[in-house]
Amino acid sequence: MTTTDILEGRKAHIHEKGAVPFNIACEKQSVAGSVSQRACVFCGSRVVLYPIADALHVIHGPIGCAAYTWDIRGAWSSGPQLHRMSFSTDLQEKDVIYGGEKKLYQALVELIEHYRPKAAFIYSTCIVGLIGDDVEAICRRISAETGVETIPVHSEGFKGSKKDGYSAACNALNQLVGTGDTNGISPLSINILGDFNIAGETWVIKDYYERMGVEVVATITGDGRVDDIRRCHGAALNVVQCSGSMTQLATMMKEKYGIPIIRASYFGIEDMSKALYDVAEYLNDKTVMRNTQNLVRDEVSKLVPQLRKYKKDLKGKRAAVYTGGAFKALSMIRSLRTLGMKTVIAGSQTGNQQDYARLQELSDEGTIILDDTNPLELAKFLEEKKADLLIGGVKERPIAYKLGLGFCDHNHERKIGLAGFEGMLNFAKEVHGTVTSPVWKLAALHRKDVWSATSRQHRQGDES
Amino acid sequence: MIAALPVSEHFTATRNACKLCTPLGACLAFSGIEGAMPFLHGSQGCSTYIRRYMISHFREPMDIASSNFGEHTAIFGGGKNIRLGLANVIEGYHPTMIGIATTCLSETIGDDVKMFLHEFRKDHQGEALPHLVHVATPSYTGTHATGYHDAIRAIVDVLAQPGPTIKGVVNLIPGMLSPADLRWLKDVVTDFGLQPILLPDYSDRLDGGTWSEYKKLPPGGTTIQQAARMGQAEATLEFGFTTNEATSAGTLLEKKFGVPCSHMGVPMGVALSDALFDKLSQISGRPVPVKYQGRRGRLIDSFIDAHKYVINKRVVVFGEEDLVVGMTAMMAEVGLKPVLCSSGGKSKKLGESIRAVAPEIADDCEIHEGVDFEEIAEHAKQLEPDLLVGNSKGYKLARELNVPLMRVGFPIHDRIGGARVLHVGYDGAQTRFDSIANGLLEMRQHDSDVGFTYF
Repeated sequence: MTTTDILEGRKAHIHEKGAVPFNIACEKQSVAGSVSQRACVFCGSRVVLYPIADALHVIHGPIGCAAYTWDIRGAWSSGPQLHRMSFSTDLQEKDVIYGGEKKLYQALVELIEHYRPKAAFIYSTCIVGLIGDDVEAICRRISAETGVETIPVHSEGFKGSKKDGYSAACNALNQLVGTGDTNGISPLSINILGDFNIAGETWVIKDYYERMGVEVVATITGDGRVDDIRRCHGAALNVVQCSGSMTQLATMMKEKYGIPIIRASYFGIEDMSKALYDVAEYLNDKTVMRNTQNLVRDEVSKLVPQLRKYKKDLKGKRAAVYTGGAFKALSMIRSLRTLGMKTVIAGSQTGNQQDYARLQELSDEGTIILDDTNPLELAKFLEEKKADLLIGGVKERPIAYKLGLGFCDHNHERKIGLAGFEGMLNFAKEVHGTVTSPVWKLAALHRKDVWSATSRQHRQGDES
Repeated sequence: MIAALPVSEHFTATRNACKLCTPLGACLAFSGIEGAMPFLHGSQGCSTYIRRYMISHFREPMDIASSNFGEHTAIFGGGKNIRLGLANVIEGYHPTMIGIATTCLSETIGDDVKMFLHEFRKDHQGEALPHLVHVATPSYTGTHATGYHDAIRAIVDVLAQPGPTIKGVVNLIPGMLSPADLRWLKDVVTDFGLQPILLPDYSDRLDGGTWSEYKKLPPGGTTIQQAARMGQAEATLEFGFTTNEATSAGTLLEKKFGVPCSHMGVPMGVALSDALFDKLSQISGRPVPVKYQGRRGRLIDSFIDAHKYVINKRVVVFGEEDLVVGMTAMMAEVGLKPVLCSSGGKSKKLGESIRAVAPEIADDCEIHEGVDFEEIAEHAKQLEPDLLVGNSKGYKLARELNVPLMRVGFPIHDRIGGARVLHVGYDGAQTRFDSIANGLLEMRQHDSDVGFTYF
């Protein structure tokens, strides 16, 4: 396997730190036939808007796009659960021929009447872009007739990459921002952008900010609510975590309402602390600053001793990181360092030049940096670099397991909160539990003397 | 069938579908060929979503290539992308076969995949190319089961070859079953002294061991050679209650090569398993092996041991149509009472199939085709079931109703071992029955104030 050739079209997307001057290709359409781990425009919009729990999310198209995204994420809601339903116009052949507008209209009238959502998002899929349904006109009509704001999301899958889906989602959100009353909002206030409340993470972060004495106006979109988003332009500051998905919305708000933007990451001790201090410094309030110092000191002094036992076993182990956005990969590398581990492979689906430059700066010599990689490349480098752990999503998991190495799910489908100080402890437990598991000793990689595949088949025959 | 109880509202939208799209079924079918790589002609997202969905059920690597349409491709056609995509898959994976399924996008822009493949072959004349099998799977017609069956037929159409009949070779076209089911079926046919050719056979590829080094393509599957020999088999056994016999892969083998095809029910429960054993006995001229007689005996014995705990318990069954029919047959045999049988599929054969395999319950059972989970829930709440039987997607309803969900079929996302659920034969009936009976006993303990330990 280690002899795998890299496809010609992929070579520019791979960089080994130290070997040559840094130059990596990124932000390009995936190469046809390369088995990219990326999804499509629809996926990008759906994931961003997904956690808005009191909105109706209707997918206009054949059933697949809706079926594969039904309750797929670990984005929790403290109230309504409407986001966990999967609504689709389930287009049939006759709809494709005669157009799906009537069906969409009828579907929306009934759904809005029944579920009484605060707003509705209507996602266009590939086929809707082709047959040319005027989704915008239907949304306008539904908004007028029902009084429920119905917003089209231009998320035709083929229109670009997942990032273009983020942009479509930001445009949709921008229709809501600025439509609510901002009275009574504190000058010491922020919006949390780009955290999706996976396993309740937004609640953890929100709690930190509130303990600092900062008002959180809206969480976009983790545990999101339509009315909060309507008035979020009243906040003093936008704190953006997932920059790929939310920078555009923050920029729109900066231009229109003059709200400044700071970037944050909530993973790992350093980045989490920095995120809180950055807000405190920006708000420039003595009490807030003092509260922040106390909070960080309390949390860190509670956390660090608890990490020791994990660190002892993990010291010197080697990790590979493959995330959606590249900014998150930076936090992963730092978090792994906190646990005494070394990152030997780092990559992302949608990073930009700037992200990758920082990534390679932070990395050790010899680290492999990958943009928009695929299972064959990942497997090749995991073997070459002798990794003990892979951090990724569901699609990466079987690659690690087949090779006999540990895996930590850092995707949106996980059910364990990894953000914040308590998240760091969960992360340590997760990584420790998988890397030190005794099962690897039984795996084929470490037991080359076990029966061959042919004799295994014989045994299968005997078992029954 | 009793008249459907009134449901409060009809919805134009599908709310929580009880089905998946056609390309998923095609990818699953293609996964059953040794060295094969599924390839979706359309946007990147389709292959990624389907990969993710299948990985969480099978928990195995599941590579599906895509021609990665962009906006240009949607306007000017996918010819360039499919050529580049196929070339890259060949270079990267060295597959023996590429199974190419279309998506709603490429179907609607009218891409002529057949012509693209013809051009591709012409461009690569003199080179050893993998077999290129194409199936049209517009996702706005049918369900994943449709895509599955159409892909199997496409494989047979391309790979099966004529030749003199080879005695003892039996084709088995099992339908959408689990890897555990496929292993069981192969063993049974082999135990009759026959040589089975199973199409597809993802029993190893989607439920395999660990590797000492990464394999580009998982080992196992129906070999190309075996698929070629399907045209020379002595007989074909094709399972399915609701499949279209006129256009099935088994019928194609019969028409093209004269291989006689027996269309049979999926062997779930005693009677349908007996039918399979009788058929194999007839083809092989051998009696049913003693070990299976023993298993059948133990199964009936366990039915008797537990009959009081299951009698008249009300069950809601849902999922892919053939699975619903088979499970219903098995449950009716032991006195369980399916009160609602439902599927997102629309073969128009669900009712008649259930009446054929379980005439004793059919009059008291609601049967619904083309429904979603919210409709199922609405009916189920009125019918007050004791148990749900179906895939993981029924968990929301099970939780609402506070009844156990026995997980069968696809997808099983919230438990380990989806690939190892055995549905067919005496052994499948045994594990299913034990799990139903124990689920009901557990519920009795759970609901009891006393918490008895003897039953």
